[in-house]
Amino acid sequence: MHSDSALELIFTGDPALLAIVRLSLIVSLSAVAIAAFVGIPLGALVALNRFSGREGVIVLLNTLMGLPPVVAGLAVYLLLSRSGPLGSLGLIFTPTAMIIAQTVLVIPIIAALTRQTIEDLWDEYREELTAMNVRVFRRVTTLIWDGRFSLVVTLLAGFGRAAAEVGAIIIVGGNINGYTRTMTTAIALETSKGDLSLAMGLGAVLIAIVIIVNTLAWSVRRAGEKMAG
Amino acid sequence: MRAGASDLPIRFESVSVGTRGVTMLDRITLLIEAGPPTVLIGPNGSGKTTLLRTAMGLVRPTQGRITWGGAEKSPPVQRAIVFQRPAMLRRSVSGNLSYALSTARIPRRTERINELLSMVGLDGLGKRPARRLSGGEQQRLALARALARDPAVLLLDEPTASLDPASTKTIEDIISAIAVSGIKVVIATHDLGEARRIGGEIVLLHHGRVIERAGATEFLNAPKADEAKAFLAGELLV
Amino acid sequence: MTPRGRFFVLIRSLLIVAAIATTLATQTAAQDKSIVVASTTSTQDSGLFGYLLPIFKQKTGIDVKVVAQGTGQALDTARRGDADVVLVHAKAAEEEFVAEGFGVKRYPVMYNDFVLIGPQHDPAGVKGKDIMAALQTIKAKSAPFISRGDRSGTNIAEISFWKDAGIDITKDNGAWYKEIGQGMGAALNTASALNAYVLSDRGTWLAFKNRNELAIVVEGDKRLFNQYGVILVNPAKHPNVRKDLGQQFVDWLVSTEGQDAIGRYKINGQQLFYPNAKDSNA
Repeated sequence: MHSDSALELIFTGDPALLAIVRLSLIVSLSAVAIAAFVGIPLGALVALNRFSGREGVIVLLNTLMGLPPVVAGLAVYLLLSRSGPLGSLGLIFTPTAMIIAQTVLVIPIIAALTRQTIEDLWDEYREELTAMNVRVFRRVTTLIWDGRFSLVVTLLAGFGRAAAEVGAIIIVGGNINGYTRTMTTAIALETSKGDLSLAMGLGAVLIAIVIIVNTLAWSVRRAGEKMAG
Repeated sequence: MRAGASDLPIRFESVSVGTRGVTMLDRITLLIEAGPPTVLIGPNGSGKTTLLRTAMGLVRPTQGRITWGGAEKSPPVQRAIVFQRPAMLRRSVSGNLSYALSTARIPRRTERINELLSMVGLDGLGKRPARRLSGGEQQRLALARALARDPAVLLLDEPTASLDPASTKTIEDIISAIAVSGIKVVIATHDLGEARRIGGEIVLLHHGRVIERAGATEFLNAPKADEAKAFLAGELLV
Repeated sequence: MTPRGRFFVLIRSLLIVAAIATTLATQTAAQDKSIVVASTTSTQDSGLFGYLLPIFKQKTGIDVKVVAQGTGQALDTARRGDADVVLVHAKAAEEEFVAEGFGVKRYPVMYNDFVLIGPQHDPAGVKGKDIMAALQTIKAKSAPFISRGDRSGTNIAEISFWKDAGIDITKDNGAWYKEIGQGMGAALNTASALNAYVLSDRGTWLAFKNRNELAIVVEGDKRLFNQYGVILVNPAKHPNVRKDLGQQFVDWLVSTEGQDAIGRYKINGQQLFYPNAKDSNA
């Protein structure tokens, strides 16, 4: 990929650039999907149950939202390295490893924000649902459904975090050309090579994606207000 | 009316409810039987809300015993409660009713939903988001939700407290109609006029204790206890 | 659902997720014909791989995945078994790697040279001198100097040049000596921004675009010669190493065909790497 004109590359749909964008989206979207699968039930569980150490768990989740990506990357690298406990899976320096690392980063965000949403909603609904004799499982699904707009915004926040980070995926992915190179890792590389115009081109695409995600988040919130009052 | 063992009579046997030095109910012995409405009156903090919530099964007595139709445990299947500030589910008006029906395991037929809307005068508002209703409309929706569950006992906690006179009248009329249809109504109110309009029997509470209990007309015209007289004269505040 | 029931739903979900992930992973790992080569950022930044690897792939169908790190890091990655082949430029470190049993055999592949880069107007007055004199002058005048400080081949070479000039730079430095702990491109960027001196490999310099006032101030000194070696990671230590595919890569690099390809790579018409697999002293 030459740096003649970053804009040219974008508008003519240079295949290498498209491959990088596609990989970035696949990695971050997969991470958010898996994190949602784990994080939403986890957040709901913590929100609705009293157990010893609950306060500690809540503080831990909130703290882990700010887990430095390089730390997460290092931890996952040590796990997946051939010399590590999960080395036999052969996942190091693959897109799967990148998905795992980003999932680790995003789960706390989704769990912590889900917990907050569900807990607030439960405070509001508790008496009514108890008086209506609603079974425990149904309570959880009711809260998740009624809180769906906030939860979607949570997912978008998780995606924003994943799409923007570079520290974790560069460590576990190796920034391999054509295989584990994403927008953020490519920007890091091109900048360190002094090829700033290409880095800026990629940066523009990344910012465009971030803007789209935030606009989506805003419209979802508005739609939610309109629909549910 | 629902099949199965009846929740009535609801029997309070020396029931106390209190936490950490604050007593909300003080050795209440009371029998709530089928028949005309039971109206709970009393100043703020007298225990009306706590008594209703205990009768509903939401609050456990710290002392004493409460039974429903003789049973010590009774899931809230045959009774329903309307809270003072009811929470609206983040759904449409019909959605709220639909939810109430389904959690009571009653088929969610459109005709039934429309019937309930009619009963409380909310026809045509089915699609509106419930949270965008006015205060009076929300109270009526809460009432419809409670009725949707086909209860034998309907508990109401000051349903007209924050409403204007027109809405108040509408709700009182609905409640009277419900009482006439055979559902046992237990209602707390601070409005003596409402107590008289709804009629039935009156229970005066003060500091968590039953002060006096009598038929509505008898109580309002010739109260026996000193506190009752003071209350009717507007002098029993706390 | 009871608390236990909920707990089991959660565990089941996690297991399903783990199962899907593992299947995906092992599938992709088992199917593709590829190797991981741990190499250096300067080699990657020179663009050599972009030129060589498509030729190799066309001949053998093998995908070469290059993880570019500093020399020290690349050798450590190989020690952990996370790479199949290493291609770096620090002979002593490479021989140690083989002696430790992590590598099968070291083959010399090619060399390029280092150049001393600095501001065009050469405030320290080192231009044209030999590298030893230049470094001594830089230290004497406390001229700003950027060091990679990342255990890379270039970094190791830099430190040994200081040593040969009679200076133990790890102990005897000052505020003028800036260690940035990053790759060659970053070091050049920093030097460009600070108008400082920096030791670079020629390849990265030729490909570097953000030069501002920087230019080559010292070159051609025989001591600036930078030898590359390639080593297959020892499958006895790490059974997962793709022995056959990795050996094909090693063999190709030292073969006539591979050596010719290396010699043909040019930036701005200038050859960067000089193939010397036949030189037994390299």
